[in-house]
Formats: sequence, structure tokens, C-alpha cells
Amino acid sequence: MKHSFATCAAAVALALGASAVQAQSTEVPFYFPVAVGGPITKIIDQFATDFNKENPSIKVSPIYAGSYQDTIVKALTANKAGTPPVASVLLSTDTFTLIDEDAIVPIDNFVKTPEDKAWLGGFYKAFLLNGQIGGKTWGVPFQRSTVVLYWNKELFKEAGLDPNKAPQTWAEMTSMAQKLTRKDASGKVTQYGVQIPSSGFPYWLFQGLTTQNDVILANEAGTQTKFDDPKVIEALQYWVDLSKKHGVHPSGIVEWGTTPKDFMEKKVAMIWTTTGNLTNIRTNAKFDFGVAMLPAGKKRGSPTGGGNFFIFKKATPAQQEAAFKFAKWLTQPARAAQWGIDTGYVAVSPAAWDTPALKKYAAEFAPAAVARDQLQYAVAELSTHDNQRVTKAFNDGLQAALTGSKTAEAAMKDAQKEAERLLRTYK
Amino acid sequence: MNAQKQAHAWLLLLPALTLLVAFTHYPAIATLIDSFMSTPKPNRASVFVGFDNYAAMVDDPIFWQALRNNLWFALATIPLSVGLALAMALWVNGKLAGRGFLRMAYFTPTVLPMIAVANIWLFFYTPSYGLLEQIGNLFGLPSQNWLGDKATALGAITAVAIWKEAGFFMIFYLAALQGINPSLREAAAIEGASRWFFFRRVLWPLLMPTTIFVLVNAVINAFRMVDHVVVMTRGGPDNATTLLLYHLYEVGFKFWDQGYAAAVTVVLLAALATVALVQFFVLDRKAHY
Repeated sequence: MKHSFATCAAAVALALGASAVQAQSTEVPFYFPVAVGGPITKIIDQFATDFNKENPSIKVSPIYAGSYQDTIVKALTANKAGTPPVASVLLSTDTFTLIDEDAIVPIDNFVKTPEDKAWLGGFYKAFLLNGQIGGKTWGVPFQRSTVVLYWNKELFKEAGLDPNKAPQTWAEMTSMAQKLTRKDASGKVTQYGVQIPSSGFPYWLFQGLTTQNDVILANEAGTQTKFDDPKVIEALQYWVDLSKKHGVHPSGIVEWGTTPKDFMEKKVAMIWTTTGNLTNIRTNAKFDFGVAMLPAGKKRGSPTGGGNFFIFKKATPAQQEAAFKFAKWLTQPARAAQWGIDTGYVAVSPAAWDTPALKKYAAEFAPAAVARDQLQYAVAELSTHDNQRVTKAFNDGLQAALTGSKTAEAAMKDAQKEAERLLRTYK
Repeated sequence: MNAQKQAHAWLLLLPALTLLVAFTHYPAIATLIDSFMSTPKPNRASVFVGFDNYAAMVDDPIFWQALRNNLWFALATIPLSVGLALAMALWVNGKLAGRGFLRMAYFTPTVLPMIAVANIWLFFYTPSYGLLEQIGNLFGLPSQNWLGDKATALGAITAVAIWKEAGFFMIFYLAALQGINPSLREAAAIEGASRWFFFRRVLWPLLMPTTIFVLVNAVINAFRMVDHVVVMTRGGPDNATTLLLYHLYEVGFKFWDQGYAAAVTVVLLAALATVALVQFFVLDRKAHY
């Protein structure tokens, strides 16, 4: 297996080397995933073409690599074989994994001039958090998102609620959801008040609830989790109670993928989902809807999500410098603004929001700015060493509690025990 | 002359042999070796650890759950898909109107890519407005979250697998049925044999080689089909639909634990090889070719 990889890798390297000599330019193979709807591939290809035109000595070749998961599998496998891409967009939460695999270099290595420093300091703090480990910055925020609440104004009106006012607190969300839940003659629910998806990666949405309950799930070093903290259990109990006690939330696991559709079909009046769904819902919803910050528990809060731009260690210094230049170019205010408008991702710097294009867009379509305004309350997405395994233990616990096979307390205690077992070698 | 013949034979075998060795045998042996080694990390090279990976596997509750799920999945998909395939083949083999259309309809699930199919089934199972829910509404049945409930999730993905497989196996049975001499049926009719008797004593034994082939495939598929799990449940809720191969994927490509993943692969390979050998050597004796 390893040998065949090595042979393949050698062949690829040979091919790349040959073309590099021909073109006399620095090759930058760049992996990117596609995680939301829309013509992402076309936009990225256009970025690369424009960049290459402005920088004849560099040749960025974007390579579509599938989902986030596919992309990291490809990048890390190639890295083990000795020929990783020079740069890649990967989940910001995979930073620990990439460091543990010794696959990436800190961005600080390339930040030399005052101009570079200003650029790195120009991002929203919340988006940098996941990429900052051990005093270094490892990832450049690129396609970033956050969780927001979407509500159906029509259904609010029908239920006798103010259609322009989203719930501000947990208690308000419960009481509004009670008014918004409808049953038919046989007592079967035909319309739920609220739903928070729980398939696949429930931890991400749950992190909204824990942050609002004023608790951080893991330490910054990524070696200690707090899954069994009473505040975490309390937050989970609130989620479980929405369906168990109040009956305003569908029972069991709510599928992430069909949640926007449930909302558009008017089967649910309020949903929690990513800002990345904004363009999709705006295009397809046949009713007036609103987008709001998540309601506050003890305070407001939401996790960030999405992908950062990483530079790989095994690339040559010239390639790394070229990739760095590309990263800076990609995140220039005007470009970041356009990227946000085209995709629904949150533009990553305050400067981008100051550009005329984005100002105009936010003025015309107020929901676009909600995600930005929520950033001041945002925290880093849950990320630890051995991240996917620890997160899985946590997800399993959440699903066990939501399906009723464990109590919230037992589920979180089990998840914590497993996380401690997994993380003991990193302390 | 003889030596030349030998060389000739080996040369003819060479292309297939090269491919098999490079992509089947060598990886299998490399995996076996890897399963006794620790997972290499940048600061810790891979070292020999004996049966540590296997011990970790025995201690892993998710491995056991995956195995248990997979056994239930196999126990349901194999007999049901093969039985359904045989029934469908017998039906569309007879003379009836729209036979070609029926055959095509039965075969369609096989042609469709599993990922697309899984996405369609996702909406069948969706609570509130999914197809199953709408049918249930007609009969006043209570709402059911098929994929979101630990009690029904495994059953739900098993049904998709049966639906997908049955049409494929039907084709083999249909081909075998077409190859059976019609004079046998006529002879049986003259003797006054009932249809059931004819099926039990004539058709079934003659179909035995096909049944064995189909069974081997059904067993392999029961341990190989995970595409729809990835799309529909990602192993959830709380591992209720985690099959062995999905667990293997998670360990290998999400947790990057190569050594442990290799150990699970070896177990999977060994189990499949055993089943295949039993089928070939024990069941084969009962078949008439």
C-alpha cells in the first residue's frame, strides 16, 4: 500500500516538476471542498485564473476534492505519501489533527511586513480562534459560517405573534413555540414550533445552547473537555424538554439535510441552521421569513463553523510563499465581500463589511448582517486533539439523550469519560 | 515444447495476476502486517505491538455494536432479498402482459446509483411530509421518525438494501429459469405434479448453482454496502446504524488510527473468507451442475 502510494506520488511529482520547468512558475496545487449549494467551483476557478493573471510567476491550480471529510482524507493521505497539496481549505476544527500529523506550518512564518501584520489582525477575532493554538495562527479564515435562527413570519401572524419579533430568550422561544405548535383533530402534530437538527454533527448546534448557558466545552489547549459540567447537562435538558416535556420540537433525531425543507414546507415555524443556508432559503421559501441571532440563555452565543485556509509543511518555501500570497489575495476586503454575497458565508473581516458592495447588499437584505452582528458573541467551534473521535463520543451522547435511551446526565457523563480516556495521552 | 507451453501459459496469466497481486493480495497481506503495528505518528514511528490493536478492538463497545448491527442487517437482507428475487423471477418468467416492463421495473433499483437512491429514500422516511408519512396519514397511523429513532433506524436502512439488491439477484434467477428445459415442465404436468411440487423437486434443485452464487454475493454485499448509511444516518442515532465497514471507515479515515483500522479489516476479511469457503465447499456439494 505504502509503496504503491509512493510510486504514484513519484509519478505525480515528476509530472508536476516537468510542467513547472516548462512554465517557469511556482506551482500551487490547492484543494478545496464544497459544503453548500451554489456555483462554488466556478467561483474558485475564477479566483485562481484572476490571481494567476496578476501573478505570472505563480500558477495556482484549484482541485475540487469533495466534501470537507473527503478533502481532509485526500490531503492527509497525500501528505503521508509525501506529496500533499501546497494549500487546502479544511475544517477549522481539524487544526489539532493537522498539527498532530505535522502536516501544516503556522501562518505567522510568512507574516513579516507591517502590512502582513495588519492583514492578519484584520479578521474577526471569533474566526481566528479555532486556528490559534500554542500562541501561533495556523489557519486563515476563509469560508466561515455561524448558526442563526430562521422564522416564518406568516406562521407567526397566524399564531397571533408579532411577525417582526424573533424570540430573544430560551423561555420566550419555548412559549412562542407552544403557540406555534399545531395539532389536527386526532392530536397529531401538523406543525412544530421549533427544531434544532441533531443528525451527523449535533455538537455544533448544541454548542449554541451551551455557549448561551455560559459554559465553554473544551480548553484552548484541546486537552480537556467539560461535557459533564452541570451547565452542559442543563443545556441538554432544555433541548430534550422541548420535545419530551413541551412537545413543541419533533422527537428523536432531526435530520440536518431536510431541516431547510421542513421550514419551507411550513412543517416547522422556527429552525436553527447555518448562515450558509441563507441563499437557499431566500430563493425557495414562498413566504416572508426573518433571520435572527440565536436566543439568549444566561447570555447570547453561537459557535463559528466552516473552513480555514492552510499551508502544508512539505511544500517548498517558494510554494509556501506563493500560497501565502494567494491567501492574502483571497481575503482582500472586496473579494471577501463578493465571496460572502455569492455564497452566504460570512465575510471574514470588518473591512469587507465596509466595502460598498457588501454595504449595499446588507442594506437591501437585512438578514445577511445578522450573522455579522452575532459574531461578537461567538466562540470557537469545539475542537480538541483527536478531534473527530472526541466529537463522536460527544455526538453519541447527545443522540442517546435526544432519543431517550439515556438521561441527559448519564449521556454527558459517559461522553466525558470517553473523552478523558481519549485525551489522556495528550496531557 | 512443454517448457514453452508453460511459459506461454504464465504469460497469458500475467496481466490478470499482476493486477490481482498489486491490488488484492499485496494490500491484504500488508493490512495483516499493519494490524500488528502501532499507528505511525510524526514523532513516533510505527512499532510492532503484537495483538494490542486487537485488544483495543475487543474493548471497543462501538465495534461490538457495529458487529451486532451488521449481523442483524445480514440476517434480514440475505434471506429477504434472495427470496424476493426468486419470487419476482418466477413471476416475470411466466407469460403475462407487460412482462418486459415489469422486468425493467424490478431491475431499475440496481441501475440507480446508491447515493442517489439513498437521498430519495431520505425523503421517503422524512417525518411530517415524507412518502411513508403521507401513506400513514391515509390510514390514520401515528407519526413516525423512521431514521431518527433508535428502534427503527436499522430496520429502515435494511429495507433500502433489500429493495436495492432484490432486482439484481432477480436477473440471475431469471437467466437460470430461462435456461431450464421446458420439456421438464411438460413432463411434470403429464405426471400430474402440482406447481409447488414441481418447484420444490425440479426447479429449486436446478436453480441451486444460481442460489449459491447469489448467496455468496448477498453475504459479501451485506458487509460491503455502506453508501446509504453515509447518506442517510452517518451511523446514528447513537451508533444504531453503524455497520462494520462504516466503523472501519471512521476509524481509518476520520480518527486516522491506521493500526486499529487494519485490525478491523483483518477481522472483516477473515469473516468473509470463512463464509465464502463454507458456502463453496459445503453448499456446493448439494448443488447439481
